Amino acid sequence: MSSHDDVESVKKQTRAYLMVFWALMVLTVLTVGVAYLHMPVWMAVGVALVIALFKGTLVAGIFMHLFDERKLIYWVLALTVLFFLVLLFYPTLSDWDQRKL
Amino acid sequence: MEIPYNTEARPDTGLYNAKLGIWLFLASEVMLFGALFSSYILLRTGAPSWPMGREILNVPLATLNTVILIGSSVTMVMSWASLKLKDFGKYRLYMGLTLLLALGFLVVKGFEYGAKFSHHPPLYPSTNTFLAIYFTLTGLHGLHVVGGMIVNGYLWGPGTKMWKTDPERFTNRIEVAGLYWHFVDLVWIFLFPTLYLL
Repeated sequence: MSSHDDVESVKKQTRAYLMVFWALMVLTVLTVGVAYLHMPVWMAVGVALVIALFKGTLVAGIFMHLFDERKLIYWVLALTVLFFLVLLFYPTLSDWDQRKL
Repeated sequence: MEIPYNTEARPDTGLYNAKLGIWLFLASEVMLFGALFSSYILLRTGAPSWPMGREILNVPLATLNTVILIGSSVTMVMSWASLKLKDFGKYRLYMGLTLLLALGFLVVKGFEYGAKFSHHPPLYPSTNTFLAIYFTLTGLHGLHVVGGMIVNGYLWGPGTKMWKTDPERFTNRIEVAGLYWHFVDLVWIFLFPTLYLL
């Protein structure tokens, strides 16, 4: 927040924005490229998720200034991640009793 | 009554109010899209067979849209940086570009939808489970793009009068609108591989 304010640091940030743009372009090409490698599904899902998470980190960290944010926002997001994981995995447990392990 | 903490940080949160507000809103958005992603996973793992997205959907157009949306995120953050540097002309330019790129995204999406509807046999949300979740997720995402365009359009046009009366508050408005816009970009970064490539 405070470091956003002076002209020099804003100019430094704009250079970072452009670098992130090119990094995201390269990663987009990579996402499409690896999808055509005929990997087994679990591996394709894993690779796609890793790339998407990396892209997401760049967007959230640099464009949304999350690498340089107040603690309260981190707490809000930590709770969000927790609830999101519950949302993601809880439904898959709905047929737990009928699974053949 | 004056709304407090538009520019100066609230002592207990360390943030101006709108910033905490937008992050709480984005947290609720994560739950909205999260529920649909969770449904997608459950439907897919429960289905006896699932089509490969790229055999039905147009990967080149979706790749183009990924580039367009990431580009619009850059112009959006540059519009905020321009205001920080007190360059209103550049702000106008970058925000205008953001709006044009958003419009471009919707036009491409429109072509994609059109091609599905005019396909023989036509591909509708009711055709199969894959298309149902495809149209639901991309439709909801498209509505978010439209919503962002309305806010950004206001901030590009009539909303700019605040720049003369309260420039710092106006700059914060652009930052908050930007946080939303980057989130819309972020959702697409996950939608693109899940629907089109896997």
